[in-house]
Amino acid sequence: MASTNDPFQFQEFEEAGNLLEANRDATTISIEEDNIKPDKQRKAVGFTPDGDDEDPLASDDKTELLSGPKKSVPFWTFEYYQRFFDIETHHVKERIIGSVLPWPGKNFVHVHLRRNPDLYGPFWICTTLVFAIAISGNISNFLVHLGKPNYKYTPEFRKVTIAATAIFSYAWFVPLALWGVLLWRNNKIMNLVSYSFMEIVCVYGYSLAIYIPAVVLWIIPYEWLRWCSIVVALCLSGSVLVMTFWPAVRDDHPKVIIAIMSAIAVLNILLAVGCKAYFFSKPEAVLPADSSAGTEVTKAPSST
Amino acid sequence: MAAAEEASRPFAGLSEVSISEDIPVEGDISVPVGPSTRRDDELSTLDEPVRETILRDLRAVGNKFVHVLYPKRSTALLRDWDLWGPLLLCVTLALLLQGGAADSDDQGGPQFAEVFVIIWFGSIIITLNSKLLGGTISFFQSLCVLGYCILPLTAAMAVCRIVLVGGSGTVSFAVRLVVVTASFGWSTFASTAFLADSQPPDRKALVVYPVFLFYFVIGWMILTFSPSQ
Repeated sequence: MASTNDPFQFQEFEEAGNLLEANRDATTISIEEDNIKPDKQRKAVGFTPDGDDEDPLASDDKTELLSGPKKSVPFWTFEYYQRFFDIETHHVKERIIGSVLPWPGKNFVHVHLRRNPDLYGPFWICTTLVFAIAISGNISNFLVHLGKPNYKYTPEFRKVTIAATAIFSYAWFVPLALWGVLLWRNNKIMNLVSYSFMEIVCVYGYSLAIYIPAVVLWIIPYEWLRWCSIVVALCLSGSVLVMTFWPAVRDDHPKVIIAIMSAIAVLNILLAVGCKAYFFSKPEAVLPADSSAGTEVTKAPSST
Repeated sequence: MAAAEEASRPFAGLSEVSISEDIPVEGDISVPVGPSTRRDDELSTLDEPVRETILRDLRAVGNKFVHVLYPKRSTALLRDWDLWGPLLLCVTLALLLQGGAADSDDQGGPQFAEVFVIIWFGSIIITLNSKLLGGTISFFQSLCVLGYCILPLTAAMAVCRIVLVGGSGTVSFAVRLVVVTASFGWSTFASTAFLADSQPPDRKALVVYPVFLFYFVIGWMILTFSPSQ
């Protein structure tokens, strides 16, 4: 009996260790490699059509057992990046809807990504947002200055570059920083939930999707409408981010939790308000000169 | 043993054959080398007049223009792709977008280089996107199709400039809006007709959306072109 008990216990211990190992792989091994290391968590099989109310850990265990041999391709080959585009139209639609309408019980990563983060969504949502901001800013400028005789309409193409820089930095560097912070905290505190870099990029990319209709709404030159839409978009986008990262930090020191969560929220707010202030001038009825301190310089000849 | 002897009998006489000088060996073993044997003088295009060389390429480009203008599901653009047409269209479009409301500080219209970069860089990114999604089309074929389908938008730009000569009021804006919208729809439809077959069926929308965005941005640049006074 004793001899049969010992291997049993030994097996259990190893299983738990493997379980942790499987989830912590992305955090423990990937330091010396590139920043992108989803290899251990990539499942070569497609999606498992499971129900939503499964325990995410159990589903991780099952998918890892079910997966075939995962070939790890070096990151300089084309095939390496092809695995991030292993996605279909209805998946993209579900992910966008899931990020625009966050539901309190559903964690975006577990429900929608299911260990298959993609780069298609983040990249094209960011690109669409860049052009939406540039075009809407242009239109709103034009509408604001419509009746004035001195105003010469110009399509301002510099703004596309600036918008692109701002949005792509937000969508790539903030996930990088957040991933680094989570890595650091994971080394100190045993967390069962950890996200790979690609998954964090994916969440951030999809969370920007709500801003596209908001930015189009900003064309209408009413301040109250703009502030309403900003607040709604911030709430939705922020809640997606907060609900996603809450399981990753909830076992941590309370101060660290507050610091990380507020950093996420503040950066989001900064991006939204900064875009609004820089690209969309406030409708001023009186002065033909540049509108107010924080906004961009218009083409109207100023009286200074 | 006997069978082996039987088997070797047909070849028994071979050892006696020798090639001697009095058996003339003649004939032409040269194989005409060339991608197509459509014309007899295809073998050497060095001797033809330069005009004919240029005209041949121009005719190929013109043929593809016709295919873009009447887009049916065909492989003409894909089979013999070339990048002359896209280059011609890109340069024409960029030149037509010049002479806009460019004041001394450059918050004006797009510079020549900006249009060039947007078109070529955008085409490359869309091609990469469709290849990453598992498309079977090759890199240059896709560039060729995307470049050729700018033709309706270039035509719209020419029409817009003509309309703008007449004035830049609301009526001209409405006319320009209609023309640009129609040509943008035409471009997207034409490129989808050529590219759609090379994608797996459940990812078609994922491939078509970037094309839509690309032509939308180009259409926007055309629509917002305002001439200098």
